[in-house]
Amino acid sequence: MWRRILALTIKEFLTLLKDKRSRMVIIVPPLIQLMVFGYAATFDLKHVPFAVFNEDRGTVSRDLVAAFHGSPSFEQVARLTQDREIAPMVNSQQALMVIRIGPRFSAEVLSGNPAPVQIIVDGRNSNTAQLVANYAQQIVKQFNTGWIASHGGSTPPALIETRAWFNPNLESRWFFIPGIVGLLTLVVTMLVTALSVAREREQGTFDQLLVTPMRPGEILLGKALPSFVIGMAEATVIILVAVFWFQVPLLGSLLTLYTGIVLFLLSAIGLGLMISSLAVTQQQGLLGAFFFLVPAIILSGFATPIANMPPLVQDLTLLNPMRYFLVVLRGVFLEGTPFHLLIHPFAAMAAIGVIALTIAAWLFRHRMY
Amino acid sequence: MTEPEPRHDSAAPGTFGMRLRGLIRKEFLQIFRDPSSIAIAFLMPVVLLLLFGYGVSLDSESIPVALVVEQPSADTTSFTAAFHKSRYFVPTSYATTRAAETDMMAGKVNAIVVLRQDFAQRLYRPDSAPIQLIVNGVDANTARIISGYVEGVWGTWLEHVALARGESLATPVQIEQRVWFNSELRSRNFLVPGLIAIIMTLIGALLTAMVMAREWERGTMEALMVTPVTMSEVILGKLIPYFILGMGGLALSVAMALWLFNVPLRGSSWMLFGASALFMLTSLGMGLFISTLGKSQFVAGQIAIITTFLPAFLLSGFIFDIGSMPAVVQTITHVVAARYYVAILQTVFLAGNVWSVILPNLLGLGVLTLIFLGLTYRKSRKRLE
Amino acid sequence: MPTGAAGSSTSPHSPVGQGSDIALAVDQLSKSFHANGRVVQALDKVSFSVRHGRVTGLIGPDSAGKTTLMRLAAGLLVPDSGSITVLGKNAATESLAVQGSIGYMPQRFGLYEDLTVQENLDLYADLQGVAVARRADRYRELLQMAGLEPFTRRLAGQLSGGMKQKLGLACSLVRQPALLLLDEPTVGVDPLSRRELWAIVNRLVRNEHTTVVLSTAYLDEAERCDEVFLLHDGRLLDQGDPKVLRDRMQGRTFAVTTESLSKRSLQAHVSQAPGVVDALIQGEHVRLVMAEATTPRLDALLPGIENARITAVPPRYEDNFIALLKSQPQPDGAPAVKPALSRVLSSARTAQGEAIIKVDQLERRFGSFRAVKNVSFAVSRGEVFGLLGANGAGKTTTFRMLCGLLPASGGSLKVAGVDLRHAPAAARARIGYMSQKFSLYGHISVIENLRFFSSAYGLSRKRAEQRMQWAMAEFALAELADAASGDLSLGYKQRLALACALMHEPDILFLDEPTSGVDPLARREFWQRINTLAEQGVTIMVTTHFMEEAEYCDRLAIMVAGEILTTGTPTAIKREARTEAVSDPSMEDAFIGLIEAQTRADNQTVPSP
Repeated sequence: MWRRILALTIKEFLTLLKDKRSRMVIIVPPLIQLMVFGYAATFDLKHVPFAVFNEDRGTVSRDLVAAFHGSPSFEQVARLTQDREIAPMVNSQQALMVIRIGPRFSAEVLSGNPAPVQIIVDGRNSNTAQLVANYAQQIVKQFNTGWIASHGGSTPPALIETRAWFNPNLESRWFFIPGIVGLLTLVVTMLVTALSVAREREQGTFDQLLVTPMRPGEILLGKALPSFVIGMAEATVIILVAVFWFQVPLLGSLLTLYTGIVLFLLSAIGLGLMISSLAVTQQQGLLGAFFFLVPAIILSGFATPIANMPPLVQDLTLLNPMRYFLVVLRGVFLEGTPFHLLIHPFAAMAAIGVIALTIAAWLFRHRMY
Repeated sequence: MTEPEPRHDSAAPGTFGMRLRGLIRKEFLQIFRDPSSIAIAFLMPVVLLLLFGYGVSLDSESIPVALVVEQPSADTTSFTAAFHKSRYFVPTSYATTRAAETDMMAGKVNAIVVLRQDFAQRLYRPDSAPIQLIVNGVDANTARIISGYVEGVWGTWLEHVALARGESLATPVQIEQRVWFNSELRSRNFLVPGLIAIIMTLIGALLTAMVMAREWERGTMEALMVTPVTMSEVILGKLIPYFILGMGGLALSVAMALWLFNVPLRGSSWMLFGASALFMLTSLGMGLFISTLGKSQFVAGQIAIITTFLPAFLLSGFIFDIGSMPAVVQTITHVVAARYYVAILQTVFLAGNVWSVILPNLLGLGVLTLIFLGLTYRKSRKRLE
Repeated sequence: MPTGAAGSSTSPHSPVGQGSDIALAVDQLSKSFHANGRVVQALDKVSFSVRHGRVTGLIGPDSAGKTTLMRLAAGLLVPDSGSITVLGKNAATESLAVQGSIGYMPQRFGLYEDLTVQENLDLYADLQGVAVARRADRYRELLQMAGLEPFTRRLAGQLSGGMKQKLGLACSLVRQPALLLLDEPTVGVDPLSRRELWAIVNRLVRNEHTTVVLSTAYLDEAERCDEVFLLHDGRLLDQGDPKVLRDRMQGRTFAVTTESLSKRSLQAHVSQAPGVVDALIQGEHVRLVMAEATTPRLDALLPGIENARITAVPPRYEDNFIALLKSQPQPDGAPAVKPALSRVLSSARTAQGEAIIKVDQLERRFGSFRAVKNVSFAVSRGEVFGLLGANGAGKTTTFRMLCGLLPASGGSLKVAGVDLRHAPAAARARIGYMSQKFSLYGHISVIENLRFFSSAYGLSRKRAEQRMQWAMAEFALAELADAASGDLSLGYKQRLALACALMHEPDILFLDEPTSGVDPLARREFWQRINTLAEQGVTIMVTTHFMEEAEYCDRLAIMVAGEILTTGTPTAIKREARTEAVSDPSMEDAFIGLIEAQTRADNQTVPSP
């Protein structure tokens, strides 16, 4: 029995790797995408273009603007001299933010009165807008603290001391790169498995397999193993790049991490084979893979938190193995979450995998006309 | 006619118009016979937009937060009450920091606010009482939003305290924040237009990439090629029907954005239509180009999966700010058609007809369309090799 | 007569060909292809010309360069060197003009299966630029000719194979072309439809003075052409009037019979006798083609056999073809080794009684459509049992049920005593299966395919090694061991597929149209192997639509529309079909006769898809 499975595994490998085009599809795009997306997927703003409309002639306003210059997050693109210049500046997206300082600003500050400074933010991308506003708040807060320290004045009765666990500098890249590990692993496994049965069925070789003494379970294993090995290799390479190139800390144990990878691959392969055995033609297999991948990624919590979704959609994500895998990845990478705290996502992925594989094996024999 | 009618019609008297009409009619008949392309064009956008429109949101509300008050007093109560009033937080009280930390490890709360034993005393001393905020930094974006919200709560509370003491709050500089175009900072307002761009990229490319490969695979292409049609007629014969189909799906999506998700449309509808038409062409052109790379549906489909969805999702500026990406990656985004369309949609929906934004992006789409269609035309010679 | 022929009396020929009688001129034409680093010379300095108003056949074995030549003529390929002139125009440089004046039907005509008959015609009329005013008449004419008038609103995908082919032909004729190129128009088409297609071609030449160039693998069709060109390995080997070519073989063809040997042993015997070019089973006798025109002596042919008889029979074009090809050096694709024949020449008459395959009242429904109904038959051990029928008659469905690939909707079936669908996996080790498309893993090499199937059948390492060596030697695959099997020629693919199905030495072999698309030489070689297996006691179940192959079977079942019309030995079936008009019917006559009788009885005009 094992010889038969091994033979099938070797054959699957050969078919995948002998064809130049399919070899390309498995190896090149994931690596390119890892590099590009690794840099692209971030919520940390850099060089946010801003403009200043300063009607005040005093030094305080100059110091305040200088504080913005000092931040790597901001970059001044224009100095405005008239009120009506503001709207075109923002509309045309030349500046994401405009700082408007009134004529009496320095005088007010020096006399100890609260001096308003207006910050106009382009809200077309509300997330970016919110982040820009937060950054501006931070700069002004620091400015205030510095001002009070050097010029005297009453400090507020209570101050917030913020500490961020697991990611002290709040680098969002640390959040996204483990996610990309899951993303690319899922895409590659899907591409490899979703067509493996449909392709053989279309070429007639699947019949040839079914008339041999192989049992559906053996065929299933033979089909799953190569995808499994490829998925493992792919995940390992991506993790290495994440740790050594992108410098994402890997705090947890490798055992926990690889338990997660194994179970995730199990579920992804199961779903891929299920789609593949449901499909009569390769075209259906591809479309099936596609319309599984898109929601599985968008609704996985990769970019937008699952907690923000309406309850119905949240329930739907319970069927998505990617959702659990992201919990494991981020937990193990950044939080060093121990094995026992991840039992729940492990169990969920295992259940999805086992159910999907069972259905796939059943479909091998029962869907063929 | 002086000569007798020739028996065999030699050089084709047929016109460009007749041949094109024939091809287009054929394509429409096929579309109506095979429900799958109609499903891809109309059903998919509706389902995906419904799912994602509701599912994708960056507006964190009801964040679970742990409150640890080591020594309750009137002041701590007024502070925690501010949390209970905020719509952003669902606070839970914990007796010890340790218990709260365990729950944060388990992902039950996203942040911990600790008021130490000496909070009430130090409140009245000059050196300020510390409020400790611990956020889970794994999701840095959410962490930042949480700390922003906490500061908001804190600011409001300070004003109350100052008012109660009869003092004025001594902050030298106070921010007056104005958010244009989306004053409530509803993330749906920018996510829904972005989703439309992503979904239509997928659909446009899939529709054409697969149908072209299908002609090769079923041998119909060979039969077409021996007729007097030219390759540009074949390309146009694919482009026009699927353009009409795609625009139908797009119109449906825009209608959903306007009336279901209540995204305001501040620009003109003809601008929306024009830009969408151009984008549809770009994405169909991309599909046609993909189909010339591989003559099997298998290869065409694989390339379509790799080159459309993830790039449109991550590199279009739909969710991640392009300006914050490294220069190299920014350059790469220029070949992602969705990038231009996302920019146009967000502007036309939320800001209006801002020509200085729309024109360069239209130009980008136009150039991409020309490149895709030009490459397709060059690669599709009327030969079988 | 319809519009198109109005001026027939004044202008017999196309204006394009004016001044010459040549419709297609090929001069020193060469074309090669690159596939995985190998260069395949598809055409090598071929020159010939085709005259107007005739039916010209391009014949030759698989991969001889027929399709390449057709595509070059249609302007779909550009020659490496040499020229091809179609109706006075250079096909490479003036391809649009050429395409505007010819009709071309590729091997798999690209009908849009989701369009109706009428819509397909409309499309090609638009593309060919047929004036709207002339269409109605032309359509009527074509539909009538193709017998498709009742089905204009039917989807092309729901037509039978033969009707599809006729529709494809009609589509390439919407604008009366001066030259019609048909690339293997009758492959995979049942005998009845083949006859009808030929009737159309003959009408075209007669009534519309169309020049027809067609390629074919059926040699009986070559005899219907006015002139044939024989291509082999990209070179022109022979040309001329097929009747003249045939008559060259006068006096070299004989039929041998004997009671003391089975027909297969007889064939095996005589084919190795000196001076024998070709030996073919035909019913109860073996047809011989000799190297020289002298009556062979029986004691030289069959030493030690007493009661053999030999009679002279008239030659066929095929004899010339085979004799010519066998005299060629065989670098590729030809039988490098004669199959090792079993020395047991005992008249291994089929061991009667023991039914190894038994089918009773078998039925299979797809929705409301009954693809197979009331099918019952039994096959004995060591028998070659043939399942004959037109496309869509239910042969393949029956087959898939026997192999356990498809559940039956009703009735019972037993293969080696079990229903393979529910039998333990080990039971499947007793059968071998070779599917229609020679399904192999195209990306992996020959040796890897063999290794995979021997493991899949659970052979031990040592045994697998033995069998692989056997396969390499037996099928002459050793040189190609590392070639990707997808790059093999069709003949070699067929050999490899058979080798894979035989790795585990099965008791029962299922062959689903094992020779479709394969040329006559490869077909002979294939059947030689099958005969050897049958002699060794392997039960063989085969489907085919080559009527001559039916002659090789011990018993046949003819299926029409899901039902078995008749079962019996080839001789008995032919005897049944004997009429006053046809005193010595061929298998094809018998088949057509049976179907026509059935059609009359049912008054059912279309075979269901």
